[in-house]
Amino acid sequence: MKLKTVRVMVAAVALFAMNSFSSAEGELKLQLTIKDHKFEPAELKIPANKAVILTVKNLDATPEEFESKSLKIEKVIAGGSEATLNIRPLGIGTYKFVGEFNEKTAQGQIVVE
Amino acid sequence: MLAAAIIIFREIIEAGLIVGIVLAVTQGVSYRGRWVSSGIIGGLLGACVVAFFAETLSSAMSGIGAELFNAGILAAAVCMLAWHNIWMARHGREMAASLRSVGHAVVSGSKSMSALAIVIGVAVLREGSEVVLFMYGIAAADGSGGKDVLLGSIIGLTSGILLTMLTYLGLVRIPPQRLFAVTGMVVAFMAAGMAAQCVFFLAQAGVLTKFGQTIWDTSWLLSDSSILGKIMHTLLGYTEQPSVMQFLVYIGTLTAILIASRLAAPPSRLPRNNHALAA
Repeated sequence: MKLKTVRVMVAAVALFAMNSFSSAEGELKLQLTIKDHKFEPAELKIPANKAVILTVKNLDATPEEFESKSLKIEKVIAGGSEATLNIRPLGIGTYKFVGEFNEKTAQGQIVVE
Repeated sequence: MLAAAIIIFREIIEAGLIVGIVLAVTQGVSYRGRWVSSGIIGGLLGACVVAFFAETLSSAMSGIGAELFNAGILAAAVCMLAWHNIWMARHGREMAASLRSVGHAVVSGSKSMSALAIVIGVAVLREGSEVVLFMYGIAAADGSGGKDVLLGSIIGLTSGILLTMLTYLGLVRIPPQRLFAVTGMVVAFMAAGMAAQCVFFLAQAGVLTKFGQTIWDTSWLLSDSSILGKIMHTLLGYTEQPSVMQFLVYIGTLTAILIASRLAAPPSRLPRNNHALAA
C-alpha cells in the first residue's frame, strides 16, 4: 500500500513537471558551452521578465557544477553531457554564474536588459 | 593545493557540523558510535554511487532527476530531525537527569538514533558526491597536479574532522540540564534551513515556481560560498538571496517543529523526583 502511495506521488510530480515544461512556448531558448573550463559565450543578454531555457553543454571530459546564487541554480553537469536549466523571469540587472569546480576560469554572466 | 583544500573543506562543512551536533545530541545514548559511523559509511558509499551515476541521475525524469533526488533526501532529513526533536522533548529530561546523576546516561535511544544516522548519511551523501566528482575531475584532467591536489584534499578533509570535534567539544561543555534545550534549538533551525534548501531544488526543477522572487540580497554582508557563510547555512539555513517561498517554508518548518516539540513535552508541573521513579 505504501509503495502504491509512493508511485502515485511520483506520477503526480512527473505530471506536474511535464506540464510546466509543455508551457514552454513563451520561453526563450539559449545555449552555452563549457570548454577548457571556460564558458562560451561568457556573457548572455536576455530581455527582462522572460523565462529562459538555458542548455549548458559541457565539452570537457571532467564534470562541472554550474552555480549561481542570483539565478538560484546549482547543477552538476557530467563531462561530455549537457543540462537544461530553467531560468525564471528576471528583473533588469547582471546575474553572475560560475563553474564551481574551476572557479578561477569558469565565470560568466547573464545581463538582463 | 590550497584551492583544493578550500573546496573540499567548504563541501564537507555541512556534514562535519551535523556529525558534531549529532554526537552532542546523543550524549549518553548506548551504541551511538556504531550508529554514527554507520551513517557516515552509508553516506560515503551512497556518495560514490551517486557520483558514478551523476549523468544518469541528472538526465532522469526529463532532466530534473538530480533536483528531485536532492529535494527528496532533504525532505527526508527534515522529517528525521523534526521527529528526533519531538522524541527528545519527551525523553530529554530523563536523559539529562541521568547524565547529571551518574555522569553518563544509559538510554536506549536507538529509535531516535536510527533517524539521526539517516540525517548523517544524507548529509555525507549530498556533499560527498560533489567531493567525489571534484576529485575525479582533477584526477582525469592530468597526472601532474595530482599529488598536490591529493595533499590539499587531505588538508581539507582533516579540517573538516577538526570542525566536527570542535562542534562536539563546544556543545558538550554546556551543562547537561541545558544541553538538550540548546541542541533542540540548533536542530530545529537546521531542519528549517534544510526545508528551505529543498524548496530551492524544487524551484530549480520547475516543480515549485510560485513566490520565486528574491526577498533580499545580503551577499555584500555574508557570501554563501565563504566558510562562515557555509557554517551559517548549515546551522541557521542562511542563504544570501532567498526566495519568498524559501522564507515562508523556513518559518513554517521552524514554527511547526517548535510547537510540536512543546506539545510533546511531558507536563512540567510534576515534581522533579518523579522522573527518577519514571525512569
